[in-house]
Amino acid sequence: MTQHFLQVEALARRFPGPRGGEPLTVFENIHFAIDKGEFACIIGHSGCGKTTILNVLAGLDEASGGAVIMDGREICGPSLDRGVVFQGHALLPWLSTLKNVEFGVRSRWPGWSAKQVEAHSVRYLEMVGLGQALHKKPAELSGGMKQRVGIARAFAIQPKMLLLDEPFGALDALTRGTIQDELLAIVQATHQTVFMITHDVDEAILLADKILLMSNGPFAKIAEIVEVTMPRDRTRATIHHDPQYYRIRNHLVDFLVNRSQDYAGDAAAGHDPRQPPVVRPGLDGGATVVPLQVHAGHSVPHATESTFSHASA
Amino acid sequence: MAGNRPWLAPLLSLVFLAVFVGLWHLATRTTAGEVQVDPEYAALVGAAAATGGKSAMPGPGDVAAKLWEHITDPFYDRGTNDKGIGIQLGHSIARVLLGFGLAALVAIPLGFVIGMSPLVYRALDPFIQILKPISPLAWMPLALYTIKDSNVSAVFVIFICSLWPMLINTAFGVASVRRDWLNVARTLEVSRLRTAFQVILPAAAPTIMTGMRISVGIAWLVIVAAEMLVGGTGIGYFVWNEWNNLSIANIISAILFIGLVGMLLDTTLARLGRAVTYKE
Repeated sequence: MTQHFLQVEALARRFPGPRGGEPLTVFENIHFAIDKGEFACIIGHSGCGKTTILNVLAGLDEASGGAVIMDGREICGPSLDRGVVFQGHALLPWLSTLKNVEFGVRSRWPGWSAKQVEAHSVRYLEMVGLGQALHKKPAELSGGMKQRVGIARAFAIQPKMLLLDEPFGALDALTRGTIQDELLAIVQATHQTVFMITHDVDEAILLADKILLMSNGPFAKIAEIVEVTMPRDRTRATIHHDPQYYRIRNHLVDFLVNRSQDYAGDAAAGHDPRQPPVVRPGLDGGATVVPLQVHAGHSVPHATESTFSHASA
Repeated sequence: MAGNRPWLAPLLSLVFLAVFVGLWHLATRTTAGEVQVDPEYAALVGAAAATGGKSAMPGPGDVAAKLWEHITDPFYDRGTNDKGIGIQLGHSIARVLLGFGLAALVAIPLGFVIGMSPLVYRALDPFIQILKPISPLAWMPLALYTIKDSNVSAVFVIFICSLWPMLINTAFGVASVRRDWLNVARTLEVSRLRTAFQVILPAAAPTIMTGMRISVGIAWLVIVAAEMLVGGTGIGYFVWNEWNNLSIANIISAILFIGLVGMLLDTTLARLGRAVTYKE
């Protein structure tokens, strides 16, 4: 088996049940891998444990079982190797934009002079288009600008991997689109490895190389891995002209609406969470539903195996 | 509306003041001319008969004269029982600042520990709950007995009464720092010490300052009573001394100065509080 940059193995998270009762398993048997430079999105309904997985990757939460290995070492506690962009931007409100970014930079390179720290921070703030707002306090910024500062802060420490927890969830559609474009440009330029949670199917298709689909909790698992097979130089303006776009989009929506609850209990007998099927709905014009019972043998109507068996051709 | 006329509120204040002073004047005006003094009574009390019809309550004019005396010569010192009001206020302020400062030195670090550790919080909570409602003056005899110095005892009483609001507010402020901000510090591998000073302290600062403002207010309330008990110097002692002299005009002047200094202490702390407040 090849060595991946990030390897998640048999990850599980259980919460103690009420008054010593049965523990509540949010997810278990989570297996996936991300390669260097890859952009992975995770999609699933609320309560399936996406944020918990991200927090485990960040080192902010501890898994009840399993392990996460990044760059050959097991993740144990938070580290500057993994930059986090928080859902609610989490800027320190008493610090200016610049000081917020410097706060992380100083921690990353404690030996740097104040001048170096400032120059480095300014560079990353300019990258997200905030060169004019260096000395503004977060309260004076719009929601989109705040989230840009959060992105600059995460990028500025030059982490090996970037973790984004629904970073654009609270933004209006127009702002979200602009920042998506900016993020896309930065990621394409820096070849940053990214793991991102999103609820937005279009956002996932635009940004991701692969999309992890999570089934509903409790006992949530990775149901499928969708490879986005469109060329990497996508833009928001033209992406919907690509015939692959709607095939992928339909597949994702279909999963979220119809199939995400099918993976609980016995119904998932044919599903091996250790090797979730990899599908490329963009390449196939035909049916794109992945049969659950590949191993059990009995098939689901309107399912074909071709969708994932030879798509690499 | 009032917003267009910013002078309206001060004008109304002046009207209220004028009405109050007018009523005061009417209530205390000399009625000696109309009241017949019994000659036997006059022979008995001597000089006092001359003011027989006059109330012991001074009128606004008497108080204003007294006030002017105090303002023009606040720092004279003519022996133990006759010092200028500035010196007396100075003693009180010094005691308050000393007791309050010592309380801050204990309460803020201790509040930090309590706020950071739910275990310590639960362990100390019963003590705090019992000690907090005790009137600081109840400590006075115990302080006098153990410390054996009336001056230090007064400072101790101020220390005790300033302690609780600062302690409780600091613990609360530290405990309710947003999880997100702490997570930011953790993911950036910021050291515990730097997190305490650069994340928790500024985040909790407004709450801590509120506690300090409450404390200084209580301390200023308590110092007057404490000095009445302890004696020697201070504005509280001054008030009590003038009561023994039955100089109501001096007592009223002192009351006005107590209010003024209390307001100054409060606005200073409020201004400091605004300096550390942040908008989310």
